[in-house]
Amino acid sequence: MLHLILFLVFGAICVAGAVNLLVQRHPINGALSLVVVMGSLAAEYLLLGAEFVAAVQVIVYAGAIMVLFVFVIMLLNAGVEERTTGSRVALLFGVPGMLIGSLLIAWVLISRSGTEAVAVGALPGPPRIMGWLLFHEFLLPFEVTSILVLIAIMGAVVLAAKPPSTAPTPRED
Amino acid sequence: MSIGTFILVSVIKIVIALFVLLTAVAYSVWLERKVVGHIQNRWGPTRVGPFGLLQPLADGVKFLFKEDLTPPHVYKPLYIAAPMIAVVFALTSIAVIPIGNWVKIGGLSIPLQITDVNISLLIVLGVTSLGVYGVALSGWSSNNKYSLLGGLRASAQMVSYEIALGLSLVGVLIMAGSFSLRDIVDAQGGRFLGFIPRWNIFQGQIVGFLIYLIAAYAETNRIPFDLPEAETELVAGYHTEYSAMKFAMFFMAEYANMITVACLATLLFLGGWRGPVFGPPILQALLPVFWFVAKVFVFMFIYIWVRGTLPRFRYDQLMAFGWKFLLPLAIANLMVTALIVALKS
Repeated sequence: MLHLILFLVFGAICVAGAVNLLVQRHPINGALSLVVVMGSLAAEYLLLGAEFVAAVQVIVYAGAIMVLFVFVIMLLNAGVEERTTGSRVALLFGVPGMLIGSLLIAWVLISRSGTEAVAVGALPGPPRIMGWLLFHEFLLPFEVTSILVLIAIMGAVVLAAKPPSTAPTPRED
Repeated sequence: MSIGTFILVSVIKIVIALFVLLTAVAYSVWLERKVVGHIQNRWGPTRVGPFGLLQPLADGVKFLFKEDLTPPHVYKPLYIAAPMIAVVFALTSIAVIPIGNWVKIGGLSIPLQITDVNISLLIVLGVTSLGVYGVALSGWSSNNKYSLLGGLRASAQMVSYEIALGLSLVGVLIMAGSFSLRDIVDAQGGRFLGFIPRWNIFQGQIVGFLIYLIAAYAETNRIPFDLPEAETELVAGYHTEYSAMKFAMFFMAEYANMITVACLATLLFLGGWRGPVFGPPILQALLPVFWFVAKVFVFMFIYIWVRGTLPRFRYDQLMAFGWKFLLPLAIANLMVTALIVALKS
């Protein structure tokens, strides 16, 4: 019972953070709302029994990736966004489309996929099991993902590196 | 244990832990001023109370009654929230740190720890990694170039050294096979050759310990890695615009983080509360806590000693050291440890 109440409370915080993220006009406030979303998602994982995933969510997403977001916003000194009146197409089709789409996904997942809704505390959480699954059953996907990340890092290095100066440097006079 | 007793015991433990932690924070400041004073051939605080022992109290009163200035050019919501974020996350991580074995009080068996969770180490790492926001946001919201530079330096430094710090702990985790701080201490019981205790630092984790030590100094923004508040370049860094209690909150956060780091080092590398235990039952209950506190004290003393001895790094040296030396060393340490553990089993 207590678990269910906490689950709903954190779910509400998560949704409120996500809505706030869209409403806020300053990038820093947006980034901080995203931190709130990440944090409450971690609490949800914890309530479902996936302790390790919850801890990783906080350490990696809230603690490292979002810090880099905030860092970049601070470094670029990004100002307040300009507000436009918004596109009418998005309002007319986007919002109902999103609502229908999410309802459809929820309906398919709940009634058609054959899996039941996850009971609170039912996921295999202990790190030992996680490690076992990761390095036995899912070894290949795990390694492929690491190569994917490596490629992304190399791409970033290539993009950020200074281009070799082919043209002769202009003389100052 | 019924739910009523559980809540009562928890509240008592939280109050005691917070009181002890805050007192320890106040007296670490005193200890630092005293020790650095003697290193520099001065006396340190002497006026308030014997040996200046009441100085932290006087400082606290001063912080409370000073005028709390809010400069007109700051972004107020975050300017006010930042010191709170810093201090809250700094104080939270003490919740999972065990300071001793189970004690029996009137038929109740109580662990000397606010809560025992089986991923306590990850919780400490997660909570301390969130503490960066306090520093980063204070720098940004102050709307001052020195503060901003301090905040940027702090967040870059903390994110970089967190990786080496985390990797240096993995060796210990592999040896203990658990994330629970209590299990990790339990795994360090016994002795080699009859007299060397089986602490992780004596079990081949000496490299891991040194990496942890260095990375921890960088994580807590202490000399020789205190570039975020380098006075010669940045006035006071991220807390330039703060005064009175808000400034004191950053100070408390910094010292609370130091204590957390010292507790973690004690638990992971120095055998936690393990040490010679003898005498009547009351002494047997208290000695483990004494050993724990003594080890934390030694770690804090080294912190202060280093501060009194070393100059500050240059920023490029800091980053190159972290990424090009400490990180590869931590990875090598991890691989060797994993290989040895795999060969043994």
